[in-house]
Amino acid sequence: MFKFLKPQLSAVLLLASMFCSVESLAQAALPQAAGAKPWLNLGRAATDAEVKAWDIDVRADFVGLPKGAGSVSKGEEVWEAKCASCHGTFGESNEVFTPIVGGTTKKDIEAGLVANLTRPDFPQRTTMMKLSTLSTLWDYINRAMPWNAPKSLKVDEVYAVTAYILHLAEVLPADFTLSDQNIADVQKRIPNRNGKVKFTGLWDLKGRPDVQGELCMNNCKVSAEVASILPEFARNAHGNIAEQNRLVGPSRGADTTKPPLKEPLKVAIASGAVQAPKLAVAAPKTALTLAKEQSCLACHGVEQKMVGPAFREVAARYKGNMKAEATLVSKISQGGSGNWGQIPMPAQPQVSSEDLKTLARWILEGAK
Amino acid sequence: MHSFDDEVTYGTSSPRPAAIPGRIQRAPEHHMDDAFHAKARTARRSFMGKALAMGAGAASTATASANPLGEDAILKLPAHTVGLGQPVAARGYGVPSQYERNLQRRESPGLTRVGAASVSFAPLQSLFGIITPNGLHFERHHQGWWDINPEQHRLMINGLVRQAKVFTMDDLMRLPSVSRIHFIECGANTGMEWGNVAVPTVQYSHGMLSCSEFTGVLLSTLLDIAGADTKKGRYVLAEGADGSSMTRTIAMDRALDDVVVAWAMNGEMLRPENGYPLRLVVPGVQGVSWVKYLRRIEVGDQPYYTKDEVTHYVDLMPDGRHRQFTSIQEVKSVITTPSGGQVLMDKGYHNVTGLAWSGRGRVKRVDVSVDGGRNWRMARLETPVLSKALTRFNIDWVWDGGPAILQSRAVDESGHIQPMMRQLRAIRGTRSIYHNNAIQSWKVTETGEVFNVQVS
Repeated sequence: MFKFLKPQLSAVLLLASMFCSVESLAQAALPQAAGAKPWLNLGRAATDAEVKAWDIDVRADFVGLPKGAGSVSKGEEVWEAKCASCHGTFGESNEVFTPIVGGTTKKDIEAGLVANLTRPDFPQRTTMMKLSTLSTLWDYINRAMPWNAPKSLKVDEVYAVTAYILHLAEVLPADFTLSDQNIADVQKRIPNRNGKVKFTGLWDLKGRPDVQGELCMNNCKVSAEVASILPEFARNAHGNIAEQNRLVGPSRGADTTKPPLKEPLKVAIASGAVQAPKLAVAAPKTALTLAKEQSCLACHGVEQKMVGPAFREVAARYKGNMKAEATLVSKISQGGSGNWGQIPMPAQPQVSSEDLKTLARWILEGAK
Repeated sequence: MHSFDDEVTYGTSSPRPAAIPGRIQRAPEHHMDDAFHAKARTARRSFMGKALAMGAGAASTATASANPLGEDAILKLPAHTVGLGQPVAARGYGVPSQYERNLQRRESPGLTRVGAASVSFAPLQSLFGIITPNGLHFERHHQGWWDINPEQHRLMINGLVRQAKVFTMDDLMRLPSVSRIHFIECGANTGMEWGNVAVPTVQYSHGMLSCSEFTGVLLSTLLDIAGADTKKGRYVLAEGADGSSMTRTIAMDRALDDVVVAWAMNGEMLRPENGYPLRLVVPGVQGVSWVKYLRRIEVGDQPYYTKDEVTHYVDLMPDGRHRQFTSIQEVKSVITTPSGGQVLMDKGYHNVTGLAWSGRGRVKRVDVSVDGGRNWRMARLETPVLSKALTRFNIDWVWDGGPAILQSRAVDESGHIQPMMRQLRAIRGTRSIYHNNAIQSWKVTETGEVFNVQVS
């Protein structure tokens, strides 16, 4: 519309309209008053029951610890039923997780420091070697155990299992009952209770580092000798690196199924000594892959009983049963308990009917 | 997909009768006289012949078949040039090219025994720029991942607050939001290398590292709404909604500084493996504090001493004591190409490229050495250079075909210089697992193959 106006007038009008619009826009964008936060009313008050349901953390000073008690012997029962399959009868198993118990001594209990932590040759750092605050053990069992059914233990069972672990670590006698009343005293017997230091350099907002590099640019004093390199036998341990790199660009992945190159890659490819890298072949989705994807193997072994029965045991039980496949499909899909012990198998509604059949058939055929 | 079998031949007006459409002769015969052909045919069976043939026909890496007029890739129009392509929305949610499927996040065999409490590493060797594609973001799960219904997800704020509050995703996504680019690095990244070289490639040595643009609401806004006592309440606890109900303590001054309660990464909602629908973003701090499936923030006057502050994510020192509450990911860098497990195709010019980052702020500069640390040159930093974000660096290098040891060294705005491995070990020993920010060395051999090494 401006082109119908005289140039000078149009410029004035344009300026005026710009001022007006900028001003009104600025007013619209401003909050009602300086410092006002019109979003402060968002969200709603949490009810006491809601806070109680979720606020389960237990602090080092035992704030948050619910009242209760559990004996070592009760703990042993719970342990055998719900923990031993992964952690071993004595908490020593290194099969599924790193060991809970081991590496601590009566002397450590007195000193509050685990001597084996100073030994570089000591093979394994167990939970009990590192644990410094007992609240942590109680809190973790309560919030995250058992592995496949977290938060299913009753408060007294958590006390009992905690007591049993401490008994296995020779912190508590066999006839002990751990409770909210005596837990602070038991804390004074935790083997590594004095084993922690707080290093603020890696914590504070302005924390200062403890290790500083050098800014040397020329003729720096370094030997630049190779001190460590991956041994030849481990060359292919992470799979064929040729299939883990892009097919174009300035480099290719090395074919780690073969020894290191003896000539440049271009020459080696041209002579046929090595093949040009290919795309990783997508593995067909086998039943084993499915079992892995659906976390079946978290609780079931093929050969060995873990939390649930071994697949071979299942196959043996259903041998000759005409309805075996349908039964197993329903068991996997809907879960259940009682067939193989007290630990319930959780429902798996996310598994498609096709995958259910594949898994059931595979298990019944011996999970080969 | 398109097959190379249905290529059509172009350029039938060949001056030479040998170039019949569709008929391909091996190089270098077309360029040479008959005497050369005879010589090459016999000599090719020997090593010398290989060198001779390569020297003559070295123009292309595709030496198996060549057209005398030029490359088939140009002269023979492929199906995609002479056919009809796919329609819009053939893929409602796009996926990478089929030719990119070598790039996967992968596990390190033997590192863990249970997939639901494990790690997968991002393929840094093949990524560009600073943003990690969402599907290749590294994973760390403590008790398996979930795809949680966002309508049912709730965030609670309780503890030392005027009013304990509950927020739905609707509430949170209405709040004033921020979008910020930050790196996330696991505290145990490069942890396998404290004692000696243990893994072959940068994917496994440094791949517990990713960088995204996160969108969410500042935690300070939520603490404000709940009326948090930020004087007495010197700490917050963050807790996840998954089975592990991951918990970590964060200092209140940090919580109020730049911590974000995020629902989005790189323009879309968080991926389930990364905490959909809500996770904490704690810039500069190790990944374990970036609690996924975030359900609760508690304000308290003491640290919480959670499992991942007492028995894990504690740094074992030579005297047998563990440093506790180590959190900041210190200044660090790594060359991603060329890197371990790669093979350089040729001598001559190479663009050496890599990533640098610091949990204490911006990367100020990166130096690169190709002789194991004796001499250094300053690399170019690509923009943007952001606080607590990955920074991409590049530097020119002409490889003479001889052995070389490539290193990069970053300096951050706080003045912290990335240390050598032996400087770290002198103070922290070799058994820490966590917070290894040592200078990385890649050895290039005469064949162009690159190896992960440590230098004395």
